[in-house]
Amino acid sequence: MTALLAIEGLTKAYPGVVANDDVSFAIQTGEVHALLGENGAGKSTLVKMIYGLVKPDRGVMRLRGAPYAPAEPRAARAAGVAMVFQHFSLFEALNVAENIALGMENPPKPRDLAERIRKVSETYGLPLDPFRLVGDLSAGERQRVEIIRCLLQDPKLLIMDEPTSVLTPQEVEILFHTLRKLAAEGTAILYISHKLEEIRTLCDTATILRLGKKVATCTPRDVTAAHMAELMVGKSLSVPARDAHEPGAVLLKVEGLSVSAASPFGTSLRDVTLEVRAGEVLGIGGVAGNGQDELLSVLSGETPVAAGSVTLKGVALGALGPEARRGLGLLCAPEERLGHAAAPDMSLTENALLTGRGRKGLEARGFVDWSRTRGFAEAIIARFDVRTPGPGVAARALSGGNLQKFVIGREILQDPVVLVVNQPTWGVDASAAAAIRQALLDLAQGGAAVIVISQDLDELLEISDLFCALNEGRLSVPRPARGLGMEEIGLMLGGAHDMHEVAR
Amino acid sequence: MIIDPVTLIVALITVATPVLLAAIGELVVEKSGVLNLGVEGMMIMGAVCGFIVAHETGSVAMAFVAGMGGAMALALVFAVLTQVLMANQVASGLALTLFGLGLAALLGSGYSGLPVPVASRPFPEALQAIPVAGPILFSHSVLVYVAIALVGAVWFVLARTRAGLVIRAVGENHDAAHALGYKVVRIRFATILFGGACAGLGGAFLSVVRVQNWFDGMTAGAGWIALALVVFASWKAGRVLLGAWLFGGIAALQLRLQAAEVGVPVALLDASPYLVTIIVLVIISSDRRRAALNAPAALGRAFHAAS
Repeated sequence: MTALLAIEGLTKAYPGVVANDDVSFAIQTGEVHALLGENGAGKSTLVKMIYGLVKPDRGVMRLRGAPYAPAEPRAARAAGVAMVFQHFSLFEALNVAENIALGMENPPKPRDLAERIRKVSETYGLPLDPFRLVGDLSAGERQRVEIIRCLLQDPKLLIMDEPTSVLTPQEVEILFHTLRKLAAEGTAILYISHKLEEIRTLCDTATILRLGKKVATCTPRDVTAAHMAELMVGKSLSVPARDAHEPGAVLLKVEGLSVSAASPFGTSLRDVTLEVRAGEVLGIGGVAGNGQDELLSVLSGETPVAAGSVTLKGVALGALGPEARRGLGLLCAPEERLGHAAAPDMSLTENALLTGRGRKGLEARGFVDWSRTRGFAEAIIARFDVRTPGPGVAARALSGGNLQKFVIGREILQDPVVLVVNQPTWGVDASAAAAIRQALLDLAQGGAAVIVISQDLDELLEISDLFCALNEGRLSVPRPARGLGMEEIGLMLGGAHDMHEVAR
Repeated sequence: MIIDPVTLIVALITVATPVLLAAIGELVVEKSGVLNLGVEGMMIMGAVCGFIVAHETGSVAMAFVAGMGGAMALALVFAVLTQVLMANQVASGLALTLFGLGLAALLGSGYSGLPVPVASRPFPEALQAIPVAGPILFSHSVLVYVAIALVGAVWFVLARTRAGLVIRAVGENHDAAHALGYKVVRIRFATILFGGACAGLGGAFLSVVRVQNWFDGMTAGAGWIALALVVFASWKAGRVLLGAWLFGGIAALQLRLQAAEVGVPVALLDASPYLVTIIVLVIISSDRRRAALNAPAALGRAFHAAS
């Protein structure tokens, strides 16, 4: 039997880096095929070539035995290849039907299209209203839009790029159910992820890439997750560790905080109450768009609130701006590295100055002390193993993981009393992620309080003492993270507010 | 002091037309995610090219074509700068205005005060003679009706057709549009040229039909008011029409007040159309959440195709 898609010797080089080096593998009809690898391993480039967004330098692809070289996504779609993107390629200000029509070659009339959307969404158990604005949908619902857009094309091969990174455990279950049903009907699925347990439950075959080369093909059910991780990284990983300890006094307290959203697709915070103690790591889980950004900007001081609603060691600082809060010891590292946590076109030295100027004494009487600033940047680079030629390099030039280490390191080296981080390891490869988590734990060990906002539940369970969920701007009552099962977390994330009573 | 409401309405429609044309073109440009601040420059290029051709050929139709052509040439420069060479849109647009004003002054030197043919009116005298409705509805030149039809056409295309959907998609999220295989740069080239044609048509209307003369800087900020209209109208075609008529109405009214010598400083009366239009539109679009919903999210951002 000929493979549905056979890839032979595919090579693609960019200036300075070989993204894919002689990669070959085959996908069979009705197979769920995993593509595994760290960030920068070349997964994205590979699927972009299959989807016609990038042209390979060398190598051939064959679709059902016939040569296949899509010049553009349109040609790929016509050949029966569809793709669900990692960062959703959706238009927030357009409605579901309009978004779907944009992904189709010959969309039917709006009314017929709405009818077809309803039919497909019922068939595959993905409820969706065609006339809702995409900006108002949850991440899981947005993904449904993408999937239904693909399914309406009747694809032979469906490519999914990290589909579960923004979903609740329950939504993941629904997605897997849909994917299994599709595979049973004969659709092949190329599934990109670095979540190994998911791949073990879902996929038939896995191809593992490392630094652009294929290093192994395996059957995920037959090997352990640790084995696959070693193949991906090329070495074994250590799990962050720390000693048991008793939490100290309450450092940061937020009481009855309600803030209405600043943008049309933002989330309002509703009656948020939380406290963290010295030496404690509080994990805040939740699907993106449930108020994480808003909560961070309230804590950082970007959104000023009533003075008494945020207190640090009893000092009311709700009305203070970010610099004043830094002075008191409340530091933040926001999610978006380029543009929020760091200024992309400024050097690392300049970026070090931006948040460190007060606490590290990098300026005097309005003049910048450049030598001290450079020293501070160099200290961050050395202490957190940031791979860069030097502190004069622009932030934009660093890879995601390296810049993240720099941004988190910059705050940690300022000896925060309380550190708030949002998505500390988003888009960061496994070894850098482990280093960042260890640094956060060491900080807590040293007596600081740490709040970690993340969508990665495994990460939160690994490092948090207490776990609470943010859902539609409401924060659940915190529960000890140890011993918390995925089932319970799913309910907390899904917004079962009556859970509060149980928790008490 | 008696101001005849019928002649006032007739005047306001005429005064509003250049601004309306320029604004409806810019609306399409901005909906595709491009901020072209060179409207004023393109308008005055349209005005001078239209006037020269009207004088030399004696044909008003040719004048309109020339006005569009002159402004589109300028728009093409902007498109190449911002879409191919990735220049900053704000700086390029401002430069375009300065360039257009200077070039128009150069081209138009010596044409001041020369005669141009009178634009024809499409409706027969009998219709124009109807009291009240006649002058208001049937006394204008063709381009006035074209401009109003264009507002309807732009609304229909943007809201109801696939081409409009693609334009909105490109303006909303160019990376996603690119990922779906739409030619972002090509689409933006087309909208920028359309915006240039509209601005040029507005300029040609101003010099050939309304003023029937050419002098330096005759657009007098109409291009800027068109830009402001688009933003404060929340990128809605119908509101652009309302805003343009409001602007035209106040402009026509203040001229009559000046003539009647009311006790208000002339400078304040001169400024009043700009002030009132912007204040009213700011109030209409004061709900920032709703305005942001309509704003093209990718407006003014350079698009680099990630290969």
